[in-house]
Amino acid sequence: MTQQTTIRSNASPAHFPEPFLDWFAKRGWSPRAHQVDLLARSQAGRSVLLIAPTGAGKTLAGFLPSLVDLAERPNRKPGEAFRGIHTLYISPLKALAVDIERNLGKPVEEMRLPVKIETRTGDTPTHKRQRQKLDPPDILLTTPEQLALLISTKDAGRFFSGLRYVVLDELHSLVTSKRGHLLSLGLARLRRLAPRLQTVGLSATVAEPDELRRWLVPQGEQMVPPPPPSAVPLPRFAGEDQRGNGRDLDPPPFTGEGDHAKRGGGGVDLADLITVEGGAKPVITILDTEERVPWAGHSARYAIPDVYDEIRKHKTTLLFVNTRSQAEMLFQELWRINEDSLPIALHHGSLDVAQRRKVEKAMEAGSLRAIVATSTLDLGIDWGDVDLVVHVGAPKGASRLAQRIGRSNHRMDEPSRAILVPANRFEVMECRAALEANYLGAQDTPPLVDGSLDVLAQHILGCACAEPFRADDLFGEIRSAAPYARLDRQTFDQAVDFVATGGYALRTYERYARIRLTKDGTWRVSHPRVAQQYRLNVGTIVEAAYLNVRYVRSGRGAAGRGGPVLGKIEEGFLETIAPGDTFLFAGKVLKFEGIRENECFVSNASGQDARIPVYAGGKFPLSTYLADEVRGILADPKRWQSLPDQVSDWLRIQRDKSVLPRRSDLLVETFPRGNRFYMVAYPFEGRLAHQTLGMLLTRRMERMGVQPLGFVASDYAIAVWSLRDVGEMVASRRLALADLFDEDMLGDDLEAWLAESWLLKRTFRNCAVISGLIEKRHPGQEKTGRQVTVSADLIYDVLRAHEPDHILLKATRADAATGLLDIHRLAEMLSRVKGRIVHKHLERISPLAVPIMLDIGKERVNGGAADALLQDTEDDLIEEAMG
Amino acid sequence: MLARRYEAETFSAVAVIAGEEAFCDRRGALFFPDHGLLAVSDLHLEKGSAYARRGVFLPPYDTAETLTKLESVVADFDPRIVVSLGDSFHDRVGSSHMPSIFRDRLEKMMRGRDWLWVTGNHDPDAPENLSGTSVTEVVLGALTFRHEPTAGQFAGEIAGHLHPGARIVRQGKSVRRPCFASDGLRMIMPAFGALTGSLNVLDRAYTGLFDWRSFRAHVLGSERVYALNRSVLFPG
Repeated sequence: MTQQTTIRSNASPAHFPEPFLDWFAKRGWSPRAHQVDLLARSQAGRSVLLIAPTGAGKTLAGFLPSLVDLAERPNRKPGEAFRGIHTLYISPLKALAVDIERNLGKPVEEMRLPVKIETRTGDTPTHKRQRQKLDPPDILLTTPEQLALLISTKDAGRFFSGLRYVVLDELHSLVTSKRGHLLSLGLARLRRLAPRLQTVGLSATVAEPDELRRWLVPQGEQMVPPPPPSAVPLPRFAGEDQRGNGRDLDPPPFTGEGDHAKRGGGGVDLADLITVEGGAKPVITILDTEERVPWAGHSARYAIPDVYDEIRKHKTTLLFVNTRSQAEMLFQELWRINEDSLPIALHHGSLDVAQRRKVEKAMEAGSLRAIVATSTLDLGIDWGDVDLVVHVGAPKGASRLAQRIGRSNHRMDEPSRAILVPANRFEVMECRAALEANYLGAQDTPPLVDGSLDVLAQHILGCACAEPFRADDLFGEIRSAAPYARLDRQTFDQAVDFVATGGYALRTYERYARIRLTKDGTWRVSHPRVAQQYRLNVGTIVEAAYLNVRYVRSGRGAAGRGGPVLGKIEEGFLETIAPGDTFLFAGKVLKFEGIRENECFVSNASGQDARIPVYAGGKFPLSTYLADEVRGILADPKRWQSLPDQVSDWLRIQRDKSVLPRRSDLLVETFPRGNRFYMVAYPFEGRLAHQTLGMLLTRRMERMGVQPLGFVASDYAIAVWSLRDVGEMVASRRLALADLFDEDMLGDDLEAWLAESWLLKRTFRNCAVISGLIEKRHPGQEKTGRQVTVSADLIYDVLRAHEPDHILLKATRADAATGLLDIHRLAEMLSRVKGRIVHKHLERISPLAVPIMLDIGKERVNGGAADALLQDTEDDLIEEAMG
Repeated sequence: MLARRYEAETFSAVAVIAGEEAFCDRRGALFFPDHGLLAVSDLHLEKGSAYARRGVFLPPYDTAETLTKLESVVADFDPRIVVSLGDSFHDRVGSSHMPSIFRDRLEKMMRGRDWLWVTGNHDPDAPENLSGTSVTEVVLGALTFRHEPTAGQFAGEIAGHLHPGARIVRQGKSVRRPCFASDGLRMIMPAFGALTGSLNVLDRAYTGLFDWRSFRAHVLGSERVYALNRSVLFPG
């Protein structure tokens, strides 16, 4: 292993030891340019972000620096000091870690490298974890939660002291979540434990690569932080400013030391960037059908026979949908017409783990012809020979679509095949926009947000569990993590105070403090029990609100013992159904029998129709980029040529009967129907933002005397109905739409509404669990989600009444702005349409309004205070008794 | 007449338990006008500090909030006798650890009336350094006040312990609220304390306690109390 060979990259020479060259040569391969480039930059001490499509040999590239380093490391002599972990690989999915172990093990074995690779996930048995502590592998494959656990232990320093590389896989999907925030803090801690540490980030194409580059290296204090991310991500076009293998970057000067990036020269601290262009452009089409595309709805039932035909024509088809209920419906419908009994399977996150593993195994073995899946399959697991991806329902984002299509044909040089199946007419336009974006290479991944405060609190406690800390040091360390680079000292101190005693102005808990400031100026854990509790509650995934679905015989209610568990279902869904209702789950029509403790009892109802409609439009809001494109298509008749006739006819009639808004306008239509008056607006900002808008608009209309009765929101539009005629009130100048849609609704109206919003309570509950205010688990007892929900709501009310500025309420509001309420986006929209509201007063419903009006019957109307429901229930009884 | 006046002033609902007329107050207290007796149950005072002792820092405002609510019902009904139906404190040390500001407020309320602390499973001993009388149960005419309901049907029993709550589902929306649970023979009172959750009256824990045919859940709304019968309630 002494012979040295150099392969030139365009940055600097890369050094490959002999076994590697032999291995490549034996296969008739040579290392790909980006693999050489990445190795060279790593060997020059740089941290690197590799952006490449699936199938580009990304994983091997990511591990090359550590494998080369390990290959040349002298063998450990007897008596030599403890050797800790050399390389840490972190992925968002357990399954991915297992997958990598298998894929990486092969070349390592074939090159006979003296490298030990192991996984550590939530499923790893305790004895193996113990052994890993004493005798660590060279490469440890793990998840963000496990990293958080490892750094909170007392021997973390020893375990990680020799750490050279951290490989972060699927970085684009990690960074947008709280898991990413937790991981960034863990990474900051690792850098302190192992100052020579370098990172390699692997990512799909994103809109803003610089955000990820910052993420990979410590952020210096001298740097001027970037302004807060705008809610409107400007789409970037691949190839516009980065061509090929990161040639826009000057080759870094060789320093021989690993901390090059840290010195950064006073500018912005960024990791190097290597971009690999996608190979052949995917071949995407929109389903060509003779059938009528429905006006509204999300089922795409009309297209099932066509989809089935495509499955028949291909080897293996991957069918993506946006939600569990869509997956269930599609699976059911496909089997209904599956005359050839093709092996078609179902895969979504709510199914029982054993069932999911079975499907995954069958897929790997190539024994499936089609698999219906939700986002659980979004990430880079490499399975079998998928030669077609079908996306049912609109993709909601251009980047999301690109990543899903990447699942087919894992060879870079062959084009992927994909078919988009719009479920309704608006989705036709959305699919069209997504398809065009894909050819342009437009990206619309959401902008990163500042690190959340509940995660910060969790991390601070974790740090204290490992060793005493000085506030000044920890503050500096935390600010070196990109999401927390803009954290101010006051907020940090508040978080420490929260961890110590709950952070309340009324300082009554001092004597029970979890961490205490000691005389030597360090914060210490007050009792070993605190660390024990911390370990049970680590992580940012709050799963408590799921119930097991257990099979029982019909009519037994929640009595009796019951049969097998079919999976888990969101408690929120069960909140809205009554015993006897039927719904789809695990590919079956089930009857809801009742709930007992944390189990939901169901019985077989096959042959019946699933009666309960579930909102199926998806959890992902329409991306800002696609929304803008759809508005663009609407406004430009020339672009209608690419749409099916039935859709372009629809737009033409709309133009005749009402008006089509220009790209930046907001169209508001008013018309009477039945004995009600309707107002329909078309902001195209996604269902979450519209839902919030609806809540605020109806409040305001109430005050203006319009007497609103309800509203319904879709991804594209919102409809409000009322007793008085908005159109007439505008005409007689008793109401101005500009006032109705004024930005100031985000002030007091928002505050007032938030006070009673269950959405905010749910958001608060998550923050409370993540921050450690409420425990997921306490030694010796497991809290079920139901118990947590009750107490979190009560805590929220008390806190809001007494300490509206408490750090957890801050964290909750920050989450709400981008999460369930999407206030950020609503704010952008309201400011955009100022002076651009186009009002059309009509005598009857317009063509464009038909889809949202059809939603009215199907959607449950939210709104109406709890007391009103109680009152109604009582009134019914009175009627029953008196009538 | 009297009933109407109380109803109007406190938005209470009238219930009859074993022949005795009582008002179910929307804040969760029960008042017997014929006896001038006010009952509250499961105050769980000092729950926040009880959690804090094991490192869980719930907002420390629960005691103050519970006392404020208690002061308001005491002022409204001006009872001769107050019965606190057990679990008045969240744990054994609650009463001795309670800050003096809260102790003073309690003492002020107790002045000029009989105050009976019924023992509960959370507070099996008499409260420390507080006036009032500690008892295991109170019998008054046809009524028996005790913390835990007796198994089977028991005419005239007023109990707490279970924190009854009711749930309705309408228009796809679910509402869950604490309630008084009664079949006209016995009454189980809602928990009065802030930060106390509730247990659905359709849970197994209530099996055999009520005659469901005459059952009413007197549900606490924010404005008034709503009487609902068994057929409109949902489990969970």
